[in-house]
Amino acid sequence: MDNRPDVPALFLHFLMLAAISIGGTDTVLPDMHRYLVEVHGWITSKQFADAYAIARAVPGPNMLYVTLLGWQVAGLTGAIATTLALAIPPVTITLLVVRLSARNPGAPLGRAIKLGLAPITIGLMFATSWILMRAVNDDWRGYLVTFITLVVVLRTRLNPLWLIAAGALIGVAGAV
Amino acid sequence: MPGRDPHAATGKSASALQIFLTFTQITLSGFGGTGFWSRLVLVERRHWLTHRDYVDCMSVAQLLPGPNVFNLAVIVGHRLGGFAGSAAAISGLVLWPFLIMIAVGLLYERYGELALVQRALAGISAVAVGLVLANSIKLASVLPRRWRPWLFVALAFAGIGLMRLPLIGVVAALAPFGIALAWREKH
Repeated sequence: MDNRPDVPALFLHFLMLAAISIGGTDTVLPDMHRYLVEVHGWITSKQFADAYAIARAVPGPNMLYVTLLGWQVAGLTGAIATTLALAIPPVTITLLVVRLSARNPGAPLGRAIKLGLAPITIGLMFATSWILMRAVNDDWRGYLVTFITLVVVLRTRLNPLWLIAAGALIGVAGAV
Repeated sequence: MPGRDPHAATGKSASALQIFLTFTQITLSGFGGTGFWSRLVLVERRHWLTHRDYVDCMSVAQLLPGPNVFNLAVIVGHRLGGFAGSAAAISGLVLWPFLIMIAVGLLYERYGELALVQRALAGISAVAVGLVLANSIKLASVLPRRWRPWLFVALAFAGIGLMRLPLIGVVAALAPFGIALAWREKH
């Protein structure tokens, strides 16, 4: 096992993972673990799990745990390398798709694709909610917090940041 | 809203600075993820997109590789302000969390004690799930009240949520039928 960090190799590996991560970055998370912890031993399994947890606790896209992984491997250059590697393939591919579809905006096939995909997209969102709900809630108290959040968001105009703050307090108090 | 193309319909535009600041707002509100906040801010606060537009953008974003919210930022940024809009959106989305992550990385090296963070996280996560669920329900309101679209909602939910099949397989199996039926209903 070679413990010296190799930033260019790290960058290229994450670039490759980002390019194939259809369905989001979590689909390639197991391979990030394999590469960083098992193959190269650049970080420990605990560091990996902590990075994942921290990224969900701070504001921003959850998948920016890759920034923290890069930081743990090689400091600032590592963090820049993994973050850019995560962003470059999706941004490039999306721009290409947007440019191509903008050239032919009113095509009936394009409309049919959007109308046909919308229910599938919404089904996927419900599936994500379902999987997350079962993953993060240990018992009825967690489900109660989730349910109250849902009702408040659908029925009131309260800024949901208050709910997040209340959630953090409930968690620190050990009630969920 | 048949016969209406979302890319041409709203025709809203915004300056790169407005787009950058809006995605800054989305990302800095995004405790437990940014999906909920992107819908709330883009649709309900800024009125840059309708719920229908949002679902259309999300359909494309989900099918492309990478984090959905990155792809969404590029698509929405481009609609509102071309290439500069895309660049502004993705910068606003990533820059601040990147800096926060660096700061957290420094703190973690020094203290590395996460018990309190883990407990706060348990509470935040339970709330964040409620937000994601609320998003799904609000967006489902764009679907027509006919059984066919809801059959696809149910099949996608069952495939991914209950059977845990790979996303690519589920979409590859359902999308052709969904698109063909939408095409037939129009002709």
